[in-house]
Amino acid sequence: MQPVKAFRGKVVPLRISDIDTDQIIPARFLKTIEKLGLGENLFNDWRYLPDGTPNPEFVLNQPRARGASILLAGDNFGCGSSREHAPWALLGFGLRAVISTSFADIFRNNCLKNGLLPIIVDVDTHQELFEWTEADPDFAVTVDLEAQAVEFLDGRTAAFPIDGFSKQCLLEGGDQLSYIQQRMDAITAYERVSANALDTLA
Amino acid sequence: MATTRTLYDKVWDSHVVAHDPGAPSVLYIDLHLVHEVTSPQAFQGLRDRGIGVRRPDRTMATMDHSIPTRNQALPIIDPIAAKQVEQLRINCGEFGIPLADLGDESQGIVHVIGPELGLTRPGITIVCGDSHTSTHGAFGALAFGIGTTEVEHVLATQCLLQDRSRTCEVRFDGLPARGVVAKDLILALIAEIGIGGGTGHVFEYTGEAIRALSMEGRMTVCNMSIEGGARAGMIAPDDTTYEYLAGKPTSPSGAEWDAALSRWKRLPSDDGAEYDRTVRVDAASLEPMITWGTNPGMGVPITQPVPEPNGRSGVRKALDYMQLEPGKPLLGQPVDVVFVGSCTNSRISDLRQAANMLKGRKVNSGVRMLVVPGSERIRAQAESEGLSEVFRMAGADWREAGCSMCIAMNGDQLDNGQYCVSTSNRNFEGRQGKGGRTFLASPLTAAATAIEGAVADPRRYL
Repeated sequence: MQPVKAFRGKVVPLRISDIDTDQIIPARFLKTIEKLGLGENLFNDWRYLPDGTPNPEFVLNQPRARGASILLAGDNFGCGSSREHAPWALLGFGLRAVISTSFADIFRNNCLKNGLLPIIVDVDTHQELFEWTEADPDFAVTVDLEAQAVEFLDGRTAAFPIDGFSKQCLLEGGDQLSYIQQRMDAITAYERVSANALDTLA
Repeated sequence: MATTRTLYDKVWDSHVVAHDPGAPSVLYIDLHLVHEVTSPQAFQGLRDRGIGVRRPDRTMATMDHSIPTRNQALPIIDPIAAKQVEQLRINCGEFGIPLADLGDESQGIVHVIGPELGLTRPGITIVCGDSHTSTHGAFGALAFGIGTTEVEHVLATQCLLQDRSRTCEVRFDGLPARGVVAKDLILALIAEIGIGGGTGHVFEYTGEAIRALSMEGRMTVCNMSIEGGARAGMIAPDDTTYEYLAGKPTSPSGAEWDAALSRWKRLPSDDGAEYDRTVRVDAASLEPMITWGTNPGMGVPITQPVPEPNGRSGVRKALDYMQLEPGKPLLGQPVDVVFVGSCTNSRISDLRQAANMLKGRKVNSGVRMLVVPGSERIRAQAESEGLSEVFRMAGADWREAGCSMCIAMNGDQLDNGQYCVSTSNRNFEGRQGKGGRTFLASPLTAAATAIEGAVADPRRYL
């Protein structure tokens, strides 16, 4: 994972609540054994018409989405299936952060492990962001993970929460697996005393 | 440590391997279930790092999502699905993981076979790259879905980085009326709290209605915890649990069984243990439930009307997609397909409920009914009990085990615009096939609907 640095990005609004991961990437695209290549099917069934051509009314097909790196979405984004293909598809499209008032737990975890920032803002900021973004196709903000803040052009900022461990991993591009691997002695010691013997079909 | 602890606290506390201040805990995973869709990138990650699977003996794989539900002995026609399934075989062979392959007597939906084999036990931790891993909480296990990066972590270390969850007691008071089953309990809860209602929490289901459920009913309830936003749902083990586990293929026996039993009996939440939240549902007043919208929280008692949007954009959007009129009940709404199956409702008791209703009756000529058992063992049992014959005689399509039309990855799917009453867990747009429209309900409601060709109240047939 590449370190997440402060960046300035255009925002695309998708004012829909409870967007589930089946909408982000429909299940029929999960037969791949790769992580790459999912961006073209991001929001597939909203993004393309039945004949396969782009739906001009869907925001990701509009000129404003070109080069955009931040998705502004409705409440409870990423609910449903645990598919990590959802953040892979968002990243594949070129997005680097999603702003909402809340995220489903598994999706949020999956984002943090892939360098896609799930940014939680309060309801008022969320509403304002929608108004500004919908009024201005070039609306952009700066996301500063180090400062845990979204900065607007007028100098205002909105703070966002993130746990210290994930933040450090993202800033350093750190690998969470190696953190666990460094505790292998403790894991081995745990296994010696664990009562939960299991006999699988091995 | 608190002197009184919940079931969740006890399982959590006994699995923390290490905890540094300011970091998530390193949580030990007793059982890792693997399927073809969410694992290939994780195995590739191991290869890229040059490491193996730490505990193949605590790992179990099967294929369920991408596989066809007929002619499973023949090669898979869809080349992409075939490649994914073959990749799982290669990965299990290379890393020494036991695999319930197609044709194996243990093959089936991953959340159906774990309990069936006796691998799912009280007090253990279970993960799988699948959100319905919550199913296994019915045994008093802490079980939840993870992403593929985490699948790689568990394969490599048998551990996961996790923060402690908040707890929410979901208490079902009273006993449900006739015709109201486990699926209705959980749909009623989700309709009440919404699909984000349990975010950040682990549910513990308690109360008279939960105690009265069979293990299969409890699995149905825990299965849909994720649809209420909770990663896990748990039920304290009791005699129902122990009776289910006794004699399962991998269950302990003799002195080991006695030792396990004495551990399991210490798991239920202590008297006076505190939850972060409590939600109460009056089970005695519930009716059969059905969803009308495009998420599992959009549900109503079957006799009640579909709600008016009243300015709620989500409701309007859902009604547009579903092409439904607000203000009137779904009863009598024609359907094209009835699906009985999925990790929510594909167990033998679900099939018995549907078959009992269909016995001596016919599936309406306008309806295609698909019945997909959750595992090969269930298929064999249903065939030996004559249930499959009841389904066939009624005009339903009886299939081999898999996820099938719950996720529509394998060709079992709705056509654009079709309506379906489904015993599965998700009614998201396109979930059962692009443009398909899903009403979630119990196996009883599904069977009654199949008979009438339109959404029907199952109590008429009981």
